[in-house]
Amino acid sequence: MLAADRIIAIAIIAMSLYFMTHAATLPIGWSGETGGPGAGAFPFWLSLVMALSALGILARSFMKEPTHGRFFHDRAVRPVVAVTLALFCAIALMPLVGAYVALVLFMLWYLRIFGGHGWVLTSILTIATPVFLFFFFEVTLKILLPKGWTEPFFIPLYSKFF
Amino acid sequence: MEILTLLGDGFATSLSPVNLMIVLLGVTAGLFIGAMPGLGSVNGVAIVLPLTFIVPPSSAIILLAAIYYGAMYGGAISSVLLGIPGASTAVATTFDGRPMAQQGKAGLALIAAAVASFVGGTISVILFTVFAVPLADLALAFGPAEEFALVLLAFTTFVGLGGDDVLKTIIMICLGLVLSSVGLDLISGQPRLIFFDQPGFYSGISFLVLAIGVYGVGEVLFTIETSHKRQQVTPARLSLRELVEGMKAMARLWKTMSVGSFLGFFVGMLPAAGATPASLMAYGIAKSTSKHPETFGKGNIEGVAAPETANNAASTGSLLPMLTLGIPGSPTTALLLGGMVMWGLVPGPMLFIEQPDFVWGLISSLYTANFAAVVINIALIPLFVWALRMPFTVLCTLVLVLCIVGGYAPSQKMHDVWLILGFGVVGYLLRKADYPLAPLVLALVLGPLMEKSFRQTLIAEQGNMFAFVERPLSGLFLAIAAFFFVLPLVNALRHRLANRKLAPDGLPPSGGAA
Repeated sequence: MLAADRIIAIAIIAMSLYFMTHAATLPIGWSGETGGPGAGAFPFWLSLVMALSALGILARSFMKEPTHGRFFHDRAVRPVVAVTLALFCAIALMPLVGAYVALVLFMLWYLRIFGGHGWVLTSILTIATPVFLFFFFEVTLKILLPKGWTEPFFIPLYSKFF
Repeated sequence: MEILTLLGDGFATSLSPVNLMIVLLGVTAGLFIGAMPGLGSVNGVAIVLPLTFIVPPSSAIILLAAIYYGAMYGGAISSVLLGIPGASTAVATTFDGRPMAQQGKAGLALIAAAVASFVGGTISVILFTVFAVPLADLALAFGPAEEFALVLLAFTTFVGLGGDDVLKTIIMICLGLVLSSVGLDLISGQPRLIFFDQPGFYSGISFLVLAIGVYGVGEVLFTIETSHKRQQVTPARLSLRELVEGMKAMARLWKTMSVGSFLGFFVGMLPAAGATPASLMAYGIAKSTSKHPETFGKGNIEGVAAPETANNAASTGSLLPMLTLGIPGSPTTALLLGGMVMWGLVPGPMLFIEQPDFVWGLISSLYTANFAAVVINIALIPLFVWALRMPFTVLCTLVLVLCIVGGYAPSQKMHDVWLILGFGVVGYLLRKADYPLAPLVLALVLGPLMEKSFRQTLIAEQGNMFAFVERPLSGLFLAIAAFFFVLPLVNALRHRLANRKLAPDGLPPSGGAA
């Protein structure tokens, strides 16, 4: 727990410093023209406060007695990592093979392999969801989801519903 | 009397067939979302918000408010039937709701929760109607200096009253504010914080992306980790006799319920407090003023009534500062506020003048939603028992798919979907490490207002920093803010002194820094 606390604090400090270098390319002090703080001031000084607070957490963790709680438990964290990776793959696939293929693959994996559900439930959900998405977003809201290579297959559908 | 006229006009909007359907739909959806362990009002609103483009703003806000309302009712269902709160706001309901269910009185507990929610909702909606106009009138006198002071005050309530680690709270507020400054600078128009030269950052980071990431993806990841065991659903039978008996029992608890309602309403107005502490406080008060405090925690119906009135009252209370001042009183209302900006409305007092249809339509819909929620809640109890048996994996899949598509839809950029995944994972890790997420979301929503009002004031006053203190109202807000800011320090000192008295042999004080 203590180690995780420290790693997160260090990560926040690093992120704050990164924010500060970005903000510092703009005026961070008093800007003479407008009579107020410059464009970079707000993010710069707040990042500094963030870095100092994280430093405080880091310093405090060295004064505390170590606790025995663990941040991650192997058994519990494995499904979290699996789902995160699956989400990552689904999002990466979306612009290539289209939302309808990527999301259906994701649902198939999640329901059938990860969740261990039967084919009946899996197929009902994996068919109903994309149909709902198509009619809700594309037909009703006129928001086109990414199609990728599957674009040609949708042309007949477009001509029918638009 | 003017209020009644306005409210009447509002009912004309909210009772139109379309809006009435939307209320029923929203309340039912909210009840299910609230009843699902792990999902609360804030998750429901975050996931549904991108879908609201389908209706005009006045209907969209009614839908979201109905979901908010329904979720507050629904939270009690899993507290009673599963013994795990459907949302953090229903934690106190488990204390007595679960023992009641184990004694075979699950139906009675659910009725008590629904009736108490209705009473809390009704009293607080009336309070809301009474306070809305005076507060909005007061807020009309606000200039940028007052706006800045008020936003600062909202943030310091997290430091003073939030109950989380002070340093971690400050980090989350700053992070939210810095993320809100990504994109083009409001005043000079210069691009700021364009990370890795990604063009997607030019339009800034939408609150919706953060909310879906943290409350959608992050919440699912958290639920996956914490709930690998299947829960046992307690069956709830509901007979007409029980319904009558429940009503009678509730009628005797009018005192507990009124205390809970008033407490909930006023605690709910504070950004850092809200429904969870309000319900815990109401439970504590009910227990300490009871003639039989020893029966609490063992299935006392009063222990269900008190927190349920308070959490519903708090959800209405948190809408008040959002609508009148433009400062949300809870993460969920922060999302409603962000939604209003997205629909092209300017939240705050001017809304009462420029968009009376919108404001009074929303207020009157709260009456309708409250009534609809209690009826649907009691009528659909068997359905909830069935729905709670739904495996987590099914729920999680649907939520994740909706997060991805809902995150993509508003701006149609894959950039936003990647950010959602990033925020989801980071939000999950931060939550595990006890970093509070509510101030982060609130800061991202309020960040642009805070920076703009700060810089506007300084430009108008030629850089005079004392402008904030010289104006009486803004000076007062800043004084209260300063008080909240030093409050944890004072508490820590007092704690240390008390510990020293108790333990003269120099034992280290427990609890660490505040």
